[in-house]
Amino acid sequence: MREMIQMVVVLTVLSCVSGGLLASIKSNTEERISYQQLKFVKGPAIRAILEGSSNDPITDRFTLQDGEVERSFFVGVFDGQPNTVAFETSGKGFGGDVGLMVGVNVADNSLVGIGVTTHSETPGVGSRAQSDPAFAAQFKGMPFEGEFTVKPDGGQVDALSGATITSRAVAGAVTDAVKIYGRLKSQLADQLKSFPK
Amino acid sequence: MAKTLTQEFVKGLWDEIPPFRLVLGLCPVLAVTKTVENGIGMGVATTFVLVCSNILVSMLRKVIPSKVRIACFIIIIATFVTVVELVMQAFAYPLFLKLGIFIPLIVVNCIVLGRAEAFASKNNLLRSILDGMGIGIGFTLSLAALGAVRELLGSGTLTFWETPIQIMGPSFQPFTFLIEAPGAFVALGLMLCIMNLLGKK
Repeated sequence: MREMIQMVVVLTVLSCVSGGLLASIKSNTEERISYQQLKFVKGPAIRAILEGSSNDPITDRFTLQDGEVERSFFVGVFDGQPNTVAFETSGKGFGGDVGLMVGVNVADNSLVGIGVTTHSETPGVGSRAQSDPAFAAQFKGMPFEGEFTVKPDGGQVDALSGATITSRAVAGAVTDAVKIYGRLKSQLADQLKSFPK
Repeated sequence: MAKTLTQEFVKGLWDEIPPFRLVLGLCPVLAVTKTVENGIGMGVATTFVLVCSNILVSMLRKVIPSKVRIACFIIIIATFVTVVELVMQAFAYPLFLKLGIFIPLIVVNCIVLGRAEAFASKNNLLRSILDGMGIGIGFTLSLAALGAVRELLGSGTLTFWETPIQIMGPSFQPFTFLIEAPGAFVALGLMLCIMNLLGKK
């Protein structure tokens, strides 16, 4: 009987101490870990879109509530003005969701650039949406409104040859971004006004 | 036949060097040693877990009831592994991306549990620390050596701190077989063979 109690006590105490230790380490590293994840997973796309900004967009981020989801916005400061935000949407691709970072100039509602963050498209075909700079570059400067569709569907976006579904996913993600931007525009403007210069 | 303290430490570096002599913990050894850097990262993570778990197991060896000792060891090991995982994510994220699943898998690495069961639960604190450090450093050196052989012949470079250094020159034709998983077995076997030849009296 005594051995039984000892077993229970030892295991309980060990588990509690270990749980407590891990909880404290997790809460201490949480912020740093999410920063690192953003920096290495989404960072390349964000940096490409907000190229030349004078701040670190990953540090200067804020979140807004959009219905039930929380979205992160990354601020780019150009010429001393925090006038550009980048945020992430996604579209249905050939092999799953295609994550897309979209940069918008808030001052004149134009598209600053896009960049694919995460995808599971066919390497060498759909994956060119991420690796081919010409595909992303065509979005630069387009007016950020209405629907984005690929040329085969009667739209304005040049599809990647052989990867129409992926291109549609990207175009759809941009269309989504337009809708999100429309919903959150006033809140976004408020946030940027109070942005520390 | 009590060993001296120095012997406890040194045995992990040659006589009982884990992947080659004990032939334990081969899963991470074969999987992550594509580059020197990965090997060293994995080795250092394992060494930390090994030393910490040896310390705790040795300190608690009189308290832990023998019927649930394995469960207790696993709790201790799993805690330290999670600590390593979180710290690595926070401070060395690119390395964490490369080692990926093999960091959490240190929990089930037989070297760590083996040392806790076979050594730390029967020896005092000082000896357990020395044993953990010896075996850990031996493991790190083995991974680094295997990683160096595979990377040097397989891609002609040596990677330290994110920067691959070209060693073999432009005309070198990489022996890419060594970077693949079967190449790891072949390289490990050849190194074991050389070690046995050297150790033969």
